[in-house]
Amino acid sequence: MHEHPHNDPAAKTKALEALLVEKGLITSAAIDEVVKSYEEDIGPMKGAQVVAHAWVDPEYRQRLLADGRAAIAELGFTERQGAELVVVANAPEVHNVVVCTLCSCYPWAVLGLPPSWYKSYAYRSRVVREPRVVLGEFGLDLPESVEVRVWDSNSDIRYMVLPERPKSTEELAEEELSALVTRDSMIGVGRAKAPE
Amino acid sequence: MSDSVDRKVANMPEELALPRTNGELVFATPWEARAFGIAIALNEGGTYAWRNFSEGLAAQVAAAERAGIDSTYYERWLEALAQLALAQGLITAAELNAKMADLEDDHHHHSRTKRQSGVVKPLLGIPDSF
Repeated sequence: MHEHPHNDPAAKTKALEALLVEKGLITSAAIDEVVKSYEEDIGPMKGAQVVAHAWVDPEYRQRLLADGRAAIAELGFTERQGAELVVVANAPEVHNVVVCTLCSCYPWAVLGLPPSWYKSYAYRSRVVREPRVVLGEFGLDLPESVEVRVWDSNSDIRYMVLPERPKSTEELAEEELSALVTRDSMIGVGRAKAPE
Repeated sequence: MSDSVDRKVANMPEELALPRTNGELVFATPWEARAFGIAIALNEGGTYAWRNFSEGLAAQVAAAERAGIDSTYYERWLEALAQLALAQGLITAAELNAKMADLEDDHHHHSRTKRQSGVVKPLLGIPDSF
């Protein structure tokens, strides 16, 4: 570490922060706030609330599909960086899956930070080329009759999948429904869980 | 290449099994969290449009993958951040090098001081959690 300080990311990060703070461009407190919110608060449970609400309220579902950014704001969530949120609904004959082929764009407000595999070259390159094979590796085998749509996120538009509501959940309350919604189901590499 | 790519995807469930917060491992090291927070805080403070950072990150990712460099995601993120800060004139390369050298010297001095007297001097007011 001491022999190669310029290649040491920890040292470089520390130097960058110190310089930017000295110049008054950021404060360490603002960085603390961002880190804390992503570590402790913002995560896929917010997306699960959005999905469960859309399952029980058909009008909300329509608004969500028409304007994702405005609809999640109704529940108090805001996609940062001014990005649009496009929500795409799964149906018996259509399955949606989300990727960012260039880097790692992702709907942070509703899903938190992306899992490591979402950022991997393997996922980014293969899910576009052979989505059914990749989905199969996640344990999601789709019949040939189901159309697979792959959505490529970018810095302006982020996508979230609205998974299908599992069967036999008519009696469940919205909060119980949200517990069935997994992060992977909102990326489109899985389904919502079946009730126990 | 395609073998290693396939192996990576086949290993996804193991990656998913790592310790998680909010359903996922958020940051592997403290510096990753700081590098993440700096990029977001600068954007939210109006220093640059998110697209500028995002495109720089995509360029770092593409360059590393083309060259077969096995850097981590946050190493690429940090490089995108540093390059953007330089390109926008927020800092100069000379300032960055000097600051890294200062911190390095301070660290050495700090270690010596600690050995001699057991007194620990704070580094430029940077929080302990750094």
